Amino acid sequence: MRTADVVIIGGGLHGCSTALHLALRGLRPILVEKDYAGRHASGVNAGGVRQLARHIAEIPLSIASMALWENIEDLVGDDCGFSSHGTVLVAESEQELAGFRARVDDLRLKGFAHEELIDHAELKRLVPAVSDDCPGGVVSRRDGAADPFRTTQAFRRRAIERGAAVIEGVSVTGLARNGSVWRVETSDGPIEAPKVVNAAGAWADRIAAQLGEPVPLEVIAPMLMVSSRVPPFIDPVVILRGRKLSFKQLANGTVVIGGGHLAVSYRDENRTVLDWTKLATSARTVWELFPAMREATIVRAWAGIEARMPDEIPVVGPSRTSEGVFHQFGFSAHGFQLGPATGAVMAELVATGATNLPIDGLGIERFKA
Amino acid sequence: MNAVDLASSYDLIVIGGGPAGLAAASLAARAGVSTVLFDENPGVGGQIYRGITSTPVTNRLILGEDYWAGEALANEAEASGAVVVNGATVWSLDPERVVGVSIAGKARLIEARRVIIATGSQERPFPIPGWTLPGVMTAGAAQTVLKAQGLLPDGRTVMAGTGPLMWLLAAQILRAGGKIEAILDTTPRRNFLRASPHLPDFVLSPYFAKGLALLREVKAKVPVRRVSSVAAVGDGKLREVVSDRGRMPADLLLLHQGVVPNVNLALAAGTAHAWNERQLCFQPVLDDHFESSVPGIAVAGDGAGIAGGTAAAERGRIAAIAAVRALKPAAAVPDPQSVRQRLRREEMGRAFLDWLHRPADSFRQPEGDTLACRCEEVTARQVRETADMGCEGPNQMKAFLRCGMGPCQGRLCGLTITELIAAQRKTTPAEVGYYRLRPPVKPITLAELASLPISEAERKAVER
Repeated sequence: MRTADVVIIGGGLHGCSTALHLALRGLRPILVEKDYAGRHASGVNAGGVRQLARHIAEIPLSIASMALWENIEDLVGDDCGFSSHGTVLVAESEQELAGFRARVDDLRLKGFAHEELIDHAELKRLVPAVSDDCPGGVVSRRDGAADPFRTTQAFRRRAIERGAAVIEGVSVTGLARNGSVWRVETSDGPIEAPKVVNAAGAWADRIAAQLGEPVPLEVIAPMLMVSSRVPPFIDPVVILRGRKLSFKQLANGTVVIGGGHLAVSYRDENRTVLDWTKLATSARTVWELFPAMREATIVRAWAGIEARMPDEIPVVGPSRTSEGVFHQFGFSAHGFQLGPATGAVMAELVATGATNLPIDGLGIERFKA
Repeated sequence: MNAVDLASSYDLIVIGGGPAGLAAASLAARAGVSTVLFDENPGVGGQIYRGITSTPVTNRLILGEDYWAGEALANEAEASGAVVVNGATVWSLDPERVVGVSIAGKARLIEARRVIIATGSQERPFPIPGWTLPGVMTAGAAQTVLKAQGLLPDGRTVMAGTGPLMWLLAAQILRAGGKIEAILDTTPRRNFLRASPHLPDFVLSPYFAKGLALLREVKAKVPVRRVSSVAAVGDGKLREVVSDRGRMPADLLLLHQGVVPNVNLALAAGTAHAWNERQLCFQPVLDDHFESSVPGIAVAGDGAGIAGGTAAAERGRIAAIAAVRALKPAAAVPDPQSVRQRLRREEMGRAFLDWLHRPADSFRQPEGDTLACRCEEVTARQVRETADMGCEGPNQMKAFLRCGMGPCQGRLCGLTITELIAAQRKTTPAEVGYYRLRPPVKPITLAELASLPISEAERKAVER
């Protein structure tokens, strides 16, 4: 019988980050992953490292994460391909810009200064290629982008170096309380540990249901596409509000186009089917916003499977029903940036029972029937 | 035919206008099934009958009677009532049989009740040192130019490799008045031992007499050397070809070591594939009717496993008969048994040819600085070292090294990467698997994608 201090279910960025932070606290976690680390959304997301336009409940986590991203090499021994050129939310109309202004003012009142309203001139300075019709926008200057698979692998590798065990190709088939410990059944035999972290992403609702706290998790697969290399023409990540778009040029010249249009996903088969009619909608948006991209070639499109909650914020915190179990899932298509700090918060919670960083509003109790 | 003139759905979509696609589309259309054939080339024929309706090479002796057999297939398709669309690039096929196609810069999504993939074969990667130098090209590319434009290789030409198609191209070049300095035959000598049990079948097959005649014809005019290493050397362009039998100056090196199924579209559609150890490639898992693991999608022709052009046409017919029976049970179709009989005869000599021309490990699993992935310039050493570090499969390798992520979508490196990982980790290609293929399987421009009709998009958005 294997034993550990903590069993982490799920080898996405969040599970790997929690494994690393637990190991850094001197605990011995075992992470169990049914495929391989970074196989799904963590490995194939758009790679945006964004504080901009977040729900108020997750802003403290996001800000804490940003500080870790800025020194990511110190944490994981790899720069994770992180670069910081800001994220720009482009307003496509004066009306939209007015809404952005209200949001930025509101954040100021609450003590957050990372979002900054910009006028047309500053927008054109930051994103010269953007269409002249856009009146302004919002920038978060410290934001950036990183390589998602490389990041997940770096957390996984450093976690192992610091004493975590990572078991891949093994799925969790059940869990039950056995005296003072949890017995986690896997396809490769049981593991016992006093604490369990549910970081199972699109499959996390099944763990929660076993614990008697079902959640309305929706399985989604946001689509992305990437172009062939084009000459450098844009530094920041650009996002829109009204129409779904995220747009960024990587250092190698390729341009990643996303924005949340969904593929059809089959989580039991690890399979997604792309919806080209929606990708065409993205293509039309780019066509209008960035005329320079019109003749660029689309070489690949894909989608990563993940979880979305009805309120589009994650579930972070202790189980409502089961002592010793903690949830970390449902990041609703924007969990990549949160990975580094959420792992630290989870490790603190698991090790001490409390956390200094506010995670109010993220608990699973909000879904109590 | 323009993209806008296409119907939004057909009973049957056939993808690829080689022998399998032409035969399938003709048979289905004649049975009264609404059929469209998408072919990306300017004219039908595929690679084997490339330019069959337009080639400037009118002397029939040069390309040979096997080539001109394609004329009947092309005429049959023309007369069959099938809608044949040339210049149509199919870039996506999903399991619901929605086909993404671009014609003259405009894209459409067309639905079908059945799909027959007939995208044929491609040349096996031949990653030797210097294979990316200008002056080095594949024999298939040289044959394309000969068939489509009637152009012959220029300058001192050396061929290297193995397989029937290399000898066929050599004969075609010689008949057309071209010159070949030497042929470096990379066929491993010990292959004959493994092939010999299949010799009796081969002797009885249509390949035997043709093959011997071809060899005799070429060897009478070109010195042939058996080699176990080949490298292309030069600065900025090919200067000489170096083998274990010496060096020779050359302006053009034509490489060929057999063909393998072109699996990209079938993989992207989600069909199951398996490793073929005899032919050293992945091929779709198919039933007797060439139906894949995805309902309604069949794969015919060399894309179903290499068997040659004549067999491809018979396979196309079998797949089409199955499609007609599913779509229009009352329609008259040819007797499948006689088609199967012809197919068996065509396939008879295959085992011998496959074992005889199985390329040596050293020509499939490069070492050192030899490029494995041309698009992203990833070397064999990088792949081997990354496999040693624990990278278990091609999809993780993509993430580490970007191999297979360039415009060719892994066509030129997929098998090499799989085999290198298998060799390094002491396992099998079947275990290692292949790239997960992502559409578009052929690059399309953002403008093309943006041209998808909006009304259709809105309709779909509601349906899904």
